[in-house]
Amino acid sequence: MTAKDALTERYQDLLSVYLKAKTETTLYKGQQFSRKLLEQQISPEDLVSLHIQVMDELFPDMSEEMRDSFDFLLEAMIGYGFAYREHQSLRDKQQQLESEIEVAASMQQTLLLSDVPEFDQLDIGVVSVPAKKMNGDYYNFVKSGNSLSVAVADIIGKGIPAALCMSMIKYAMDSLPEEQMKPHLLLENLNRVVEQNVHSNMFITMFHGVYEPESHKFYYAGAGHEPGFFYHAKEDEFHDLIAKGLVLGVSRTTTYHPYEKMIEVGDMVILLSDGVTECRTSKGFIEREEVVALIRKYMDLPSQKIVENVFQELDRLQGFELRDDFTLIILKRLV
Amino acid sequence: MDIQSCVEVRNEWDIVSARQLGRNMAKELGFGNVDQARITTAISELARNIYLYAGRGKICIEPIDQLGRKGLRIVALDNGPGIREIRKVMEDGYTTSGGLGAGLPGVKRLMDEFSIESTVDVGTEISATKWLR
Repeated sequence: MTAKDALTERYQDLLSVYLKAKTETTLYKGQQFSRKLLEQQISPEDLVSLHIQVMDELFPDMSEEMRDSFDFLLEAMIGYGFAYREHQSLRDKQQQLESEIEVAASMQQTLLLSDVPEFDQLDIGVVSVPAKKMNGDYYNFVKSGNSLSVAVADIIGKGIPAALCMSMIKYAMDSLPEEQMKPHLLLENLNRVVEQNVHSNMFITMFHGVYEPESHKFYYAGAGHEPGFFYHAKEDEFHDLIAKGLVLGVSRTTTYHPYEKMIEVGDMVILLSDGVTECRTSKGFIEREEVVALIRKYMDLPSQKIVENVFQELDRLQGFELRDDFTLIILKRLV
Repeated sequence: MDIQSCVEVRNEWDIVSARQLGRNMAKELGFGNVDQARITTAISELARNIYLYAGRGKICIEPIDQLGRKGLRIVALDNGPGIREIRKVMEDGYTTSGGLGAGLPGVKRLMDEFSIESTVDVGTEISATKWLR
């Protein structure tokens, strides 16, 4: 017996039982049967044809008008069959796209994954969580000689285009020569790359900094990036870590201002993406002071624990629904 | 009936004639009622495309027999503007002609075999086959 014959027989059974005693039970079985039809991808006009076939057998003396009316119904169902098949084909396509995005996302993760380096003088903590499948935030650590450089970037724009753009930034940064590791010069270089290669409706903000352990100096520059914080241990105070500069990709000739800061024992440099400060709770956006208060709350823990705890609290505040990619980095001078 | 029969398509009434021709032949070949309805719908769509986009053309229906395998072939011919981007018109959701909103991908799904050839400013030839199961 073919699958179709089995269906015909089942339909005939159900229908004749129903016609004898019109019970809710049989109707319920009919509803379950329709699920089976969908599973087997039976289209609407096939079901009508099945009905006609069964009616022919149950009522061989059916009036001709009745019989003809079924043919008319069949013809009228063809459009629904069209729509049904188009729906199936679009659904297949969507599944295919989704699995492709899945692959791309995991590829991006592998490509952009930056190991947090071991660095004797600094205690480093990082958390970076995408809001959707692909992360539009990017962070990168590079150890070169004795110094450590750190970059945080955010694409204005979300999803796949942002992620593709991020990959380009990574390779542009990797290919810059090491002597250009001075933050403001690096930004100028990247700015030219972005201006030339990225569509004008996409902008990238970036913060770049280099810590030199001999001088205990932190050199930095910013391209329109969300300001981080600087914690001055001696005063026990948090300050905004402001680095002014135009976002990358606006104008080819943009220059960036070099900044530097002395880092003393116990001081912290806190870098973030706007996903941290644009956390939205039922009361509206959270304030930068609230982020500071959270950091202060966990300040005595190792850096990695601080960022993880801050993320967990903000995530909980938002009902575990991140609206934007979230990146938070803390560098604390140990010795 | 193994010679090709054609219907000229110039107005909406000719679509009905093309359907009638297709249905008669499908019935004669032994297609069931669902397949008859699918074949005539495919003919409707193709004839409608001719009427809407080429102005005039013809629909030919022929029975086929390949090594004992029987079927029916619809050929839609026109000397209209042709289709610049065939790949586009074969995408779901591209068509805007109204009708059933099914377009060429719908026709392709209704039939077993489907091929299209089109040259800009020369015309379009679409052929679609349904096999008797």
